[in-house]
Amino acid sequence: MAKDNLKKEPLMRIVKRTKNSTISKKMAVIVRVVAILLALVVCGIFIFVLTKTNPIKVYYGMIEGAMGTNRRVWNTLRDTMILLAVSLAITPAFKMKFWNIGAEGQILVGGIATAAVMRYMGATMNGPGLFAVMIVVSIVAGMVWGIIPAIFKAQYNTNETLFTLMMNYIAIQLTSYFCIVWEAVKGSGTIGTINQETRNGWISTSFLGNIFGQFNYSINVILVIILMVVMAYYLKKTKHGYEIAVVGESENTARYAGINVKKVIIRTMAISGALCGLTGFLLVSGSSHTISTNTAGGRGFTAIIVSWLAKFNPYIMLLISFFLVFLDNGAVQIASQYGLNESASEVMTGIVLFFLIGCEFFLNYRVVFRGKHEEA
Amino acid sequence: MDTNNAIELKNICKRFGDVFANKNITLEVRKGEILSLLGENGSGKTTLMNMLSGIYFPDDGQIFIDGKEVSITSPKDAYELGIGMIHQHFKLIETFTAAENIILGLPGKEVIQMNAVVEKINELIKKYGFELDPTKKIYDMSVSEKQTVEIIKMLYRGANILILDEPTAVLTPQETDRLFDVLRNMRNDGKAIIIITHKLHEVLSLSDRVAVLRKGEYIGTVLTKEATELSLTEMMVGEKVSLNIGRKPPVNVHKKLSIKNLTCVDKAGVTTLKNVSFEANAGEILGIAGIAGSGQKELLEAVAGLQNIQEGSIVFHDDKGDIELVGKTSTEIRNVGVALSFVPEDRLGMGLVGNMDLADNVMLRSYMDGKGIAVNRKKPRQKTEKIVDELKVVTPSISTPIRRLSGGNVQKVLVGREISNAPAVLMTAYAVRGLDINTSYIIYNLINEQKEKGVAVIYVGEDLDVLLELADRILVLCGGSVSGIVDARTTTKEQIGLMMTKHSTEVM
Repeated sequence: MAKDNLKKEPLMRIVKRTKNSTISKKMAVIVRVVAILLALVVCGIFIFVLTKTNPIKVYYGMIEGAMGTNRRVWNTLRDTMILLAVSLAITPAFKMKFWNIGAEGQILVGGIATAAVMRYMGATMNGPGLFAVMIVVSIVAGMVWGIIPAIFKAQYNTNETLFTLMMNYIAIQLTSYFCIVWEAVKGSGTIGTINQETRNGWISTSFLGNIFGQFNYSINVILVIILMVVMAYYLKKTKHGYEIAVVGESENTARYAGINVKKVIIRTMAISGALCGLTGFLLVSGSSHTISTNTAGGRGFTAIIVSWLAKFNPYIMLLISFFLVFLDNGAVQIASQYGLNESASEVMTGIVLFFLIGCEFFLNYRVVFRGKHEEA
Repeated sequence: MDTNNAIELKNICKRFGDVFANKNITLEVRKGEILSLLGENGSGKTTLMNMLSGIYFPDDGQIFIDGKEVSITSPKDAYELGIGMIHQHFKLIETFTAAENIILGLPGKEVIQMNAVVEKINELIKKYGFELDPTKKIYDMSVSEKQTVEIIKMLYRGANILILDEPTAVLTPQETDRLFDVLRNMRNDGKAIIIITHKLHEVLSLSDRVAVLRKGEYIGTVLTKEATELSLTEMMVGEKVSLNIGRKPPVNVHKKLSIKNLTCVDKAGVTTLKNVSFEANAGEILGIAGIAGSGQKELLEAVAGLQNIQEGSIVFHDDKGDIELVGKTSTEIRNVGVALSFVPEDRLGMGLVGNMDLADNVMLRSYMDGKGIAVNRKKPRQKTEKIVDELKVVTPSISTPIRRLSGGNVQKVLVGREISNAPAVLMTAYAVRGLDINTSYIIYNLINEQKEKGVAVIYVGEDLDVLLELADRILVLCGGSVSGIVDARTTTKEQIGLMMTKHSTEVM
């Protein structure tokens, strides 16, 4: 009798894991590893269909591309640090549930400010003074870009997502404008390498020097690692970090607890924007020595994925940043090696991210099929 | 099958995760009877009814309607079988009239014959003795009128089985009486009515039979005339409990808080409190009664420094002198040495942070203590241990996110934290809402203890029986104004009920 009744039961149901059926830590790691393996298989099929080459070879090419030579290792490390820096920068805002998708713009204005200092002051000044000025102005620029939407959010409850997004367009157009004003060859629209001869304001050739050899970005690495530890402390151990967490969970509770919500929103976005601006400095002074509308390169958005995947844990962000940069750099290599274009590498990164984020579903929910009833 | 049974449930099971919400429930409801479904929160009443109305599908078991086995997979199936459920939260479109809401979603011709619809609704109104104007817009209606619309909506669709989920929670005693009259008329017309409630005196006055659930299991059905409040409580809880709130006569009563001509306006410009004046005394419990949304929340928040106050004064009396609280933020009130504790209505949305652990929640109102930029977690952790220990909070550890705790334990942490600050004034809003009987009595005891310690307690409640037993004086709010302050020992429930709906200050 009971069986007839089940005929109309839906084929499968999605059941949220409760505290009694949560997945064990070990299982969670296994699920994630399986997700990555599945992603690699799908990528392999994709590669095989396009290039008819052995996917294993292609994956080997990927490792080569990311870690093959000294230079490549340093590049991967440099990109990891930049992505990590942006992720750390946006984390306080996201933990506060302030959907700041304007990191891109905040990085760019920080970069413009740095470039301006390099151009106008680099001829007369070098050494610690120049770097101090560059750091300060990049931080101020990013901070201003972050505070504007925060003030409107705090005072008028405007939508921060749209606001920060529009601030991105302003920053991009500003960058285009300066690219014309500062263009190296008339009509080229690019400004070329800044201070190519004097190398003033370049981190790599400055007094900060080459600590570990030719292609090194040791200062970037040291700075960002310090930032990571400080951010972890700030979020976990300080009163500010506690306020951010409470405001993020419920503004009503924050009000009840006597937290000045407006102040916390503005202060947190100031920090977020300032750190994005600082990343702009690292990008311009520390690696590209130029600026274009592509300088931020979508990192402001990728960083959101990094921050959320790491569940706002700065140390896990390091791993995820490295993983994403590794994929990206590796994919660029195989794209050129096997005659695929740039987009192919983006497709592969996309596939991996799809599986990685998708597997979170299985960590939080179970699927129960029709007629399956676990024993009590 | 017995065709006198409108509904028959056999061995119904429903699980959520590893927890049985319903386990082997066998139950029948007869035509022409009112069955009360009684049980504490979390005993599975609503889950069971949701399976009848097509919201959940049972994992196991059979449902018979009018003697035929059926499978209800959607609310539409339930409608077709004549089952209508009236939820606690109404599902009406505010800008439509009652009639428009009633026919919403029904098949019909391109052109709606509104007059015919209204006529048919009026017939139903007359037949069962409702009070409603079908052409009135929902936004102009009181809560009880909205409920009437929901009930008529079901009858209009031809429902023969009506399920009401805690219908009296939002009604005044007078409105409750009227609802019960209508329900009795429907019973006499042969309809089967199931009413979910946990107010025992209502169960006894209304229903023919009472079915009791406990922790998802069916305990039994008794004839109402053979039951008493005590026997039903024992069935619900599974053990003997004493239903006695030991109220002691207040001692050493003196003025603690004077509120004068308090007027508040919300963001939309609506006046939420009008010219409210009263005094709260140390060593006394001041109960606050009123229909939901009569300004209770605003009043407590105004005292706590969380409301925009347009006019009036709130003075705190101390040995050292008087302190004006209006114009101070909650932090400033704390800094001038006024120990004000507040247990808000929305526990996890205002009083606590669901995703934070117990210790982080306990330090919510004192995280700024101590010098430096770092939070001192040592003292809060000790305090948490103490609260968990003294109030017997059931939790895996003090590092567990508080949302994983049951409702009663969440409230114990919240009340425990507020009491631990040695308050001079303790304000609580709906402190026992959703709690089981035992936990409710633990909370009543804690509040009584505070009163005996000389704290001025302000207790906002919805259960008038409890208010009359717990409070010393009761202030009744109606539409943001005080309609009277009465002595809890000499007032009746009916008097308070009248004051809840009428603006009258003569009743003293």
